[in-house]
Amino acid sequence: MANLNLVQAINLALIQEMEKNPDIVLLGEDIGVNGGVFRVTEGLQKRFGEKRVFDTPLAESGIIGLSIGLAMGGLHPVPEIQFEGFLGPAYDQICSHAARMRSRTRGAFTVPMTIRIPVGGGIHAPELHSDSPEAIYAHTPGLKVVMPSSPYDAKGLLVSALRDPDPVMFFEPKRIYRAFREEVPEDEYTLPIGKARTVCEGDDLTIVSWGASVVQCMQAIEKASESGGPSIELIDLRTIYPFDMDAVEASVRKTGRCVIVHEAPLTCGFGSEIAARIMEKCFLELEAPVQRVAGFDTTMPYYKLELDYLPDAIRVTRAIHDCLAY
Amino acid sequence: MPITTAYEAKIEHISILDEKGNFDEKLGKGLIPDADLVKLYEAMVSCRQLDQVAFRLQRSGRMGTYPQNMGQEATSLGAAYVLRKDDWMVTCYRENCGLFWRGVPKEAILLHWMGDERGNAMPKPHWVTPIYVPLGTQMLHAAGLTMAAKYRGEDRIACTFFGDGASSEGDFHEACNFASNLKIPVVFVCQNNFWAISTPSRINSAAPTFAQRGLSYGMPCLQCDGNDLFATVHTMRKSVEYSRSTGLPCFVEMVTYRLGDHTTADDASRYRGKDEVDAWKARDPIIRLRNYMTARKLWDDAKEAALAERVEQENAEAVARAEGIASPDRADFFNAMYAEIPQDLVIQRETMQTHSLGQDPTQLPPEAQERAAQLAAEAAAAHH
Repeated sequence: MANLNLVQAINLALIQEMEKNPDIVLLGEDIGVNGGVFRVTEGLQKRFGEKRVFDTPLAESGIIGLSIGLAMGGLHPVPEIQFEGFLGPAYDQICSHAARMRSRTRGAFTVPMTIRIPVGGGIHAPELHSDSPEAIYAHTPGLKVVMPSSPYDAKGLLVSALRDPDPVMFFEPKRIYRAFREEVPEDEYTLPIGKARTVCEGDDLTIVSWGASVVQCMQAIEKASESGGPSIELIDLRTIYPFDMDAVEASVRKTGRCVIVHEAPLTCGFGSEIAARIMEKCFLELEAPVQRVAGFDTTMPYYKLELDYLPDAIRVTRAIHDCLAY
Repeated sequence: MPITTAYEAKIEHISILDEKGNFDEKLGKGLIPDADLVKLYEAMVSCRQLDQVAFRLQRSGRMGTYPQNMGQEATSLGAAYVLRKDDWMVTCYRENCGLFWRGVPKEAILLHWMGDERGNAMPKPHWVTPIYVPLGTQMLHAAGLTMAAKYRGEDRIACTFFGDGASSEGDFHEACNFASNLKIPVVFVCQNNFWAISTPSRINSAAPTFAQRGLSYGMPCLQCDGNDLFATVHTMRKSVEYSRSTGLPCFVEMVTYRLGDHTTADDASRYRGKDEVDAWKARDPIIRLRNYMTARKLWDDAKEAALAERVEQENAEAVARAEGIASPDRADFFNAMYAEIPQDLVIQRETMQTHSLGQDPTQLPPEAQERAAQLAAEAAAAHH
């Protein structure tokens, strides 16, 4: 057992899986000698050699296109896209090829690949370094989309992704890369892709969230409990696609009220899908309209105003209040 | 300081059998054994005939949009003939002749254009990837496939095909750059057929050749007459040997011409003149080779007639196989989405409904359930 932050947990998962599976190769911009701009791949080139951990030219479409070929050729590539804002150039390769290859060849070719992507705001980064595009990829059939909210989850989910026979978008919330540490077993464990985690149980209201927002939600819940407030259940979705609707449904049937929290813009954010499903599955149990606390439908502002954009504990608290008061 | 030359390059153009029947003995003699030459010629004729059959299938509503390969048979065939059987061939959609030479069943290509993904289920022993539709993306996959082979210590290389238009796409340049810098043996073959639908090649490149695109990535570059099978074989042999022996990529431009429309949905007479097309018809790779073989007494009218009959029969059988395949199950498109289908998709597949009440009709009052079942049965019957 070690006390690790999220960066270290991912690094450990990569080391352990690379030792087990010689077909795993890492590629991307600055991931070799430099260990990645967030140091997630620190020491890996030294440990596994340039054949398995290599720097590429600065071209995201090239990185993903090459990885697709590597995967079709039988390897499990782990390309890193340096920031989620640079996914744009790779969109075509991800959505037109990686996502469709198994289906369009009826299984003759597959793309086992784990795309690692630092995601989200809150670290005072420059433009196009703070977005949350997970819904775009959840909307693309053929992909799996994962976003952990803690070091323990990151390791278990990444190991699952590295063993998955299909392409996985593994979003790493950079706001919590080094925000806290927790006990992470060195022994092997996996967390299944597609299963949510109930962070805390409660009877009055359900919060559904994922990624760094889970931390904001926990703060709001803590604050509410200090004042002897309502009993709130928090569900960390962990996986955006396939998503664990059973967990959400069971919780909302119990509480009758739901607040969904994510950093991505409100309209067509993944909260929209969750809200629609709750309406379909829990229509008669609902005591209040499902509330969404999300990013605004604006361009993510530069960092001077980013905290006004991002959902925080105060906005979550307000939504909890309104949902309960309805 | 005097100005010095930092870099200098020239592009060689290779032509062995020209449209007038002139044959370069030095380059061409012994290049292709006579027995092979006959087989290669037959392959081109067969591909051309299937192209015409496919056109008629589309016109009579038996097949969807189809891109004719007519006029470009010698390009991919030259490559396929030279490549080792276990080298990757990563193509676009005007390389039928090479794919058939590799052993890809004709019905696979027909099925693709008949709107059936099963045509893409290319069996691995052929070492080919399925047809790629969006232009210019497959060259990166060729680089990855080859790099995976290299990773395993195999000396398999790849040959990837694309057109003059696709060489404007960013992914083409990224593929060249990646292959060069990461030392991946890929032979990049640009089929310059002068037209990308209605866009002439001069809009896709202002440089005198497409071959020189490879220069900026440090690759050896060759240009050849793509309608001359001897030239494509010679050029590919040099290029394949280079890539296999050095482990590095190289670049080939094959100058050819799209004799047909872009696809059956296109009408090329809107943007190009008959004179131009007629001039290229005179440079047809098939006619050229037939004249050469006839002069060398390898071929005659009787053989041509027998071949025509055989090819018609064989291609009719391929069409019959493509059309005779059992219709896929109506929920077939769910099955290969993931190795393990998520529960949500399983429900969508089983119910063929996306609305939640349709997925679970027991939520409806009993009197409504009967009508719901009726509507579900109608939906199941509607398209079959």
